Amino acid sequence: MLDAVLAQGSRIGLGGNARTTTGQVAPRPRRALHLHLGSMRRLVSPLLLLAVWQAASSTGLVSAQTLASPLQIMLTARDLLNDGTLTHNLAVSLVRAGVGLGLAIVIGVSLALVAGLSRIGEDLVDAPIQMLRTIPVLALVPMFILWFGIGEMPKILLVTLGATFPIYLNLYKGIRAIDPKLLEAARTLGLTHGETVRHVILPGALPDLLVGLRFSVGISWLMLVVAEQVNANAGIGHMMMDAEDFLRTDIILVGMLVYALFGLASDQGVRLLERRLLVWRPQAHRRG
Amino acid sequence: MNDSPVLRVRNLTRRFAAGVVLKSLDLTIERGEFVALLGRSGSGKTTLLRTLAGLDEVSEGDVQVSPESTVVYQEPRLFPWKRVWHNVALGVRTPDARRRAEAALGEVELAHRLNAWPLTLSGGEAQRVALARALIREPELLLLDEPFASLDALTRTRMQGLVGDLWARHRPAVLLVTHDIDEALLLADRVLVLSEGRLEADLRVDLPRPRDDGETRFVHLRRTLRTALGVTDKQAIAA
Repeated sequence: MLDAVLAQGSRIGLGGNARTTTGQVAPRPRRALHLHLGSMRRLVSPLLLLAVWQAASSTGLVSAQTLASPLQIMLTARDLLNDGTLTHNLAVSLVRAGVGLGLAIVIGVSLALVAGLSRIGEDLVDAPIQMLRTIPVLALVPMFILWFGIGEMPKILLVTLGATFPIYLNLYKGIRAIDPKLLEAARTLGLTHGETVRHVILPGALPDLLVGLRFSVGISWLMLVVAEQVNANAGIGHMMMDAEDFLRTDIILVGMLVYALFGLASDQGVRLLERRLLVWRPQAHRRG
Repeated sequence: MNDSPVLRVRNLTRRFAAGVVLKSLDLTIERGEFVALLGRSGSGKTTLLRTLAGLDEVSEGDVQVSPESTVVYQEPRLFPWKRVWHNVALGVRTPDARRRAEAALGEVELAHRLNAWPLTLSGGEAQRVALARALIREPELLLLDEPFASLDALTRTRMQGLVGDLWARHRPAVLLVTHDIDEALLLADRVLVLSEGRLEADLRVDLPRPRDDGETRFVHLRRTLRTALGVTDKQAIAA
């Protein structure tokens, strides 16, 4: 299942395009009100589902070993927070995801610059990466354990490996897709090569880089889920695997919730970054 | 200041796989001279301009262009991620670049749009920024590639007036590529007609400025140019 999600994620990551994904126009007041009512209506069925779930658990229709009740999950989350278990594991997971993603950004951006800005670089860098990216990264888990053992290294590197591709592919595409007319203009304005890279190519490719970053952030969490369930002694994934041994479905579900919340939060973070960095786009301008 | 021409082309030939686009062309533009280049689409005027701008290689013939030259294209070609003043100041390597950009934008009546983002400008405004961006470089030769072609008629008339004023004030040599005969006659000292890769006509326009397109000599010149372009009056109306 993870492979399927990953495959889908990277497929979107490849075809993703900033110009179409953020082409929304700010709603007018009346439409906003309408949307507000609309989103209220959209809450009805999830709430109903939660109620049915709670009822099924409370009446004993579904046992706690199969699926903990929503109420139980909330109580467990509170307990895990209070005794520091959740905070500790969360910190470990965040460091892994953060370091892994950070490395991916450095590597992905560097490779894309080399490949995007020079013909030799393109030949040397792009071909192997295009080949490598066809390998499902998760298939490398056994290899990584053999190479790097069971410490932090394989977990961080797995995140890095998965997150590097969307960054590289999108930034490389962005650099290559710069309007040649703008490059001509830069030439006839007498800009040096360095000035052209700095003022034309890099800012022009920034929207694509941010699209790549968004996919990378999502993939980082995904890689982390897998990495932490293999030979980890701390982290959200480890907490969930531990809970499995004691049939604690409530803890497993708390872990899933945490992953979901962080996935959502980091995605919002990148969107915020987009709004800040891409103010020059009229739609972004109007919204923020 | 020397008196050598800002542009000298000798025997320029340009071949593409589809055929010869420019045929041993000769052209000289003196300092401060306003030259208009007329031609139908496919006559080779874009190729000539690209060659003069240094965007295409010269394989046959000799082209000498003042290094102090710049281009304004049909589309403004502004960098959307730079504010208007920064677009103008980009590549100007003096400490007062910003002040000069503001002055140049003032000259094209855009002093109130200094901090705007280019994508929020109207077509005419964006093209005026492009003019300011060329102006700030104090070019000896200004190449204009149908700069008014995509503007509406009213804006186009105002832009023509603006270019005329700027030229009178700064006196760069100008090569204006256009397919609009009246535009050429309103602005230029000399009108060239490019046809099938050759300069078919080189007409001096000795009319006082500002010019009146209803005046007898203007009408006469227009007719001459139409003939040179192979346009009859009937075709012109139909078009």
